[in-house]
Amino acid sequence: MRIAGRGLDPEGAALAFSFDGKRLSGREGDTLAAALLANDIRLVGRSFKYHRPRGILTAGSEEPNALVTVGEGAGAEPNIRATVQELHDGLVAVSQNRWPSLERDILSVNDLFAPFLSAGFYYKTFMWPRAFWEAIYEPIIRRAAGLGALSGQPDPGRSERAFAFCDLLVIGAGPAGLMAALTAGRAGARVILADEDARMGGRLLAEREEVDGAPGPVWAAGIVAELAVMENVRLMPRTTVTGAYDQGSYGALERVGHHVPRAEHLPRDCFWRIAAKRAVLCGGALERPLALPDNDRPGIMTAGAVRAYLNRWGVSPGRAVAVFGNNDDAHRTAADLCDAGVKVAALIDAREDAETDLDVPFHSGAVVTGTKGRLGLTEITVTKGGNSHTIQADCLAMSGGWNPSVHLTCHMNGRPVWDEDLLAFVPSPGAVPGLRVAGAANGTFSTAGCLAAGITAAKEALGELGQTAPDIAVPEAEDRPYHIRALWAVPGKARAWLDFQNDVTVKDVTLAAQENYRSVEHMKRYTTQGMATDQGKNSNVAALAVLADATGRTIPETGTTTFRPPYSPVAIGALGAGAEGPGFAPERRTTSDAASRDRGAPMIEAGLWFRPSYYPRPGETTWRHSCDREVRMVRAAVGVVDVSTLGKIDVQGPDAAAFLDFAYAGTMSTLKPGRVRYGLMLREDGHVMDDGTAARFADGHYVITTTTAAAGQVMTHLEFARQVLRPDLDVQIASATEQWAQFAIAGPLADEVLGAVLDGGFESTGWPFMSHGAVAVGGVAARLFRISFSGERGYELAVPSRYGASLYRLLVAQAESLGGGAYGMEALNVLRIEKGFITHAEIDGRVTAFDLGMGRMVSQKKESIGRAAAGRPGLLDPERPQLVGLRVKEPDQALFAGAHLFEKTAEAVRVNAQGHVSSNCWSPTLGTHLGIGFLTKGPERYGETVRMVDHLRGAEVLCEVCHPVFFDPEGGRMRD
Amino acid sequence: MTRLVAQTPCAGLLPVDIGTVRVTEAEPGPMHLVAPFRGQAKAVSAVLKDALGVGLPAPNRSQSADGVRALWVAPGQALLIGAEPPDLPGAAVSDLSDAYAVVEIAGADAAEVLARLVPVDLGVLKRGHTARTLIGHMTGSVTRLGAARFEMMVFRSMAGSLVHELTEAMEAMAARRALAARPD
Repeated sequence: MRIAGRGLDPEGAALAFSFDGKRLSGREGDTLAAALLANDIRLVGRSFKYHRPRGILTAGSEEPNALVTVGEGAGAEPNIRATVQELHDGLVAVSQNRWPSLERDILSVNDLFAPFLSAGFYYKTFMWPRAFWEAIYEPIIRRAAGLGALSGQPDPGRSERAFAFCDLLVIGAGPAGLMAALTAGRAGARVILADEDARMGGRLLAEREEVDGAPGPVWAAGIVAELAVMENVRLMPRTTVTGAYDQGSYGALERVGHHVPRAEHLPRDCFWRIAAKRAVLCGGALERPLALPDNDRPGIMTAGAVRAYLNRWGVSPGRAVAVFGNNDDAHRTAADLCDAGVKVAALIDAREDAETDLDVPFHSGAVVTGTKGRLGLTEITVTKGGNSHTIQADCLAMSGGWNPSVHLTCHMNGRPVWDEDLLAFVPSPGAVPGLRVAGAANGTFSTAGCLAAGITAAKEALGELGQTAPDIAVPEAEDRPYHIRALWAVPGKARAWLDFQNDVTVKDVTLAAQENYRSVEHMKRYTTQGMATDQGKNSNVAALAVLADATGRTIPETGTTTFRPPYSPVAIGALGAGAEGPGFAPERRTTSDAASRDRGAPMIEAGLWFRPSYYPRPGETTWRHSCDREVRMVRAAVGVVDVSTLGKIDVQGPDAAAFLDFAYAGTMSTLKPGRVRYGLMLREDGHVMDDGTAARFADGHYVITTTTAAAGQVMTHLEFARQVLRPDLDVQIASATEQWAQFAIAGPLADEVLGAVLDGGFESTGWPFMSHGAVAVGGVAARLFRISFSGERGYELAVPSRYGASLYRLLVAQAESLGGGAYGMEALNVLRIEKGFITHAEIDGRVTAFDLGMGRMVSQKKESIGRAAAGRPGLLDPERPQLVGLRVKEPDQALFAGAHLFEKTAEAVRVNAQGHVSSNCWSPTLGTHLGIGFLTKGPERYGETVRMVDHLRGAEVLCEVCHPVFFDPEGGRMRD
Repeated sequence: MTRLVAQTPCAGLLPVDIGTVRVTEAEPGPMHLVAPFRGQAKAVSAVLKDALGVGLPAPNRSQSADGVRALWVAPGQALLIGAEPPDLPGAAVSDLSDAYAVVEIAGADAAEVLARLVPVDLGVLKRGHTARTLIGHMTGSVTRLGAARFEMMVFRSMAGSLVHELTEAMEAMAARRALAARPD
């Protein structure tokens, strides 16, 4: 019910919204929760396990009950806390975890079975039969239990991420936070003031009290206005600091676009990573509910929340409100209700010596022992000294005392300390390096105390940074002491709820203790207390007090569970912001990319690169048609392919040759300028890391190539070798991969293509196999290498990348005029398999030079990375699978990469496996399926028949072991 | 004779104007990585200074003179931009003129847009300061050219991803500004 003239925005504009299809009206400045209460809607959700009717419990981000789905269609967002969601015009919210409706929820039958569904029920019941768990139990439980559901469609909304830096991060903008920010701001420090509320002021916005003679909200607005104009201060409202991490870094979630109708490009959330030299946590405190019987009916909420709705939003959550507490704070609620003209049905204080001068029915030394009302509170039972009577009330405001928000101080393993006077945990000092705690979060509950603590904390933090803060007078404010007496659970037959969202009762906790889950961490897991989206903010302390009682220990002995990030829920979409779709990883495109796509080539990813798979021509219906044609084209005429993606590393310096001798298994120092040599690089453990070529340009200058996929790894490896393993060598390395656009021209007619494009034509005399040199194309200095990965007469021509697109089109046009053309990765792969050339399908990290039949390439005349380790007996074991070729016995039967090899008649089980197929293809050149792979004692078994078995594809093929070079074994085609 | 046509890394991608921010492709001219050999840094710096007016910069700094710049890019490495290097026998020199996509981002919210992509404190990055860092998921280099003007460099092949990341950040920033300017 709205109270006229009350609240911070009594004249706020009316906003239309809907809840479960009902069209309602709220007021500007409302949260969804405030607007629902203003419309007398108390029932807002169903609990997780028993589907109990639940109402709004709190007025803040700790809300366990009022979770709703906001929005419609693909972008609908589940589990939005109604207490956090700001109302906007046209907001559409629906309740969750109920069917068919909130009032009539079929699965509320679960509640009837509650006696059987106690803590540990699932563990005890669904253990057997084991196979039933995944197939039957889990799906049923998952459907019954739960929160809101995602739409199942791609989310059209997006979020962003950002980085911020400051001297002082102030977390929370209540009295302590505002004074800390003001102190640091006036000192000229770079300040970030983050507050999870849309409006800064913290509890001052919810209370009737004055600061420096002005109403709290007015005073707060004045400070915020002063901070807003300071260039060195960044105000971050709607921003929850969610985690404290190493070295002063903090995660923070900013709600950017939730409070307005969806706008194009406007992020929903922004996940901030804030690096702060110092931080002050002024996160306030959270009020505890009381575990009294049937304390979960809609209409029962914390007393502080009642004041917040009344004073900030001008909403009374009930027409006849009963107030129950064990501390002075409850009296404030009764006083504010009286002031607003709301009927206070009763003020019940568990303390016998409590007094009041309010004109309300007052019961000291009494407790609430029962409640009634199926979908909302109608009546409470008050018991004093064994006598009970009922009181009509539609709202019960309860206060079990306040818990300082210590959560962030526990994110780096800090343990909070029990304070016997406050009956609450307070932060242990220094729990997070560089972070101080001030105000209610530190157990200082008076406004005057908070204001002073904020100033002190900022001054101390700035002092550590060598900055001086000006003197600031502590504003005048209330300075009442805080009196509380322990009351955790009110005994009674009915269930008393501790964790509202996860349906954990006092009885569940005592049952856990009975069943010997006495450690607080075990109790948590057994009962699921504290595992809900509020992470135990409302239930933790009360639950462990109950556990302490049940196990005969004190609360400090019992201890508390660990608070972990995030402080409040963070959408995965916010954590992963920017990484959707093409933002997932950078896309690397070659200079020929557009030309390949113009020709209709499907692209495949190679590392981050996109490379053409094949170039379909009219009439070709499958990739195999195109691939076969491209292979025949290269063998018979000429083909062109972009090989720019291979890594190119410039190695320069007086010791360049010695360095490469160290990095490669083979010898590169004996290479003559103008020549190219193939080489293997080993990892330190003796296995092959990568292969490539080294071209010597001058005595102290080599250009080496790597495979596409391992270019980054090789660069890192060489940098490590240079800086750490051989700092004695004077050598510099630089990645030049992106500088050069490089194209392979392969086939018997390759010379003709070069002749047409190189300045001055081309004569192959003077260009023996494995040579290189300088040429020019259209006046542009270019590099020509005579190397081959296809087994054909082949060259690679490199020009500066700016000319890449142009040269590629030119080369392809020339090749086409000779009956050749462009070829893609599929054909490239077939060409190399026919020649038995290896790729990372073979050098998969487990393979040695010995396995590849290249053991002799590991020079024993010099030291090199991996040489010693490669000589270990296990790596030279003749039983190791070694590289072989495989040729099917029946030409139409295909081999499969990844399939295992067995003796012809052996059973196809793991222990009998003798190796595997690493690459396979249809060879249009030889008219058969081919494979290469690794087979125990392979080179000794040429001519033998082995069996390939692919359990995954259900294939079995007999094949003959042979030399891995199937085509032109003498190599005349590429050499001569 | 054949003729090759040059294409810039961001051809067809830039300029992009969104909100207060404009991203354009820079034309840096020749770029060479200069990495002095052992004990040669001073001599190399002196030759450079003599020939082009810029020496080897300190870490996270750059030097510039008459359109020629030397940008720190790694320990013991500088990128010489805007002029062909003189003969430098004491250093490894690699021509990287075509290896990078270089863009300039300018406008009132340029720093805010970069704060979405770059995990370094731009507040302490003064004019001429430079950082080797991440730009989104890419490794790159960011240099402040003016109060609201920065230069960014990534591998040439990643030009499309750079423009994509910048565009998304600029769109979000512009939408935030539109929201803030909304009459309430």
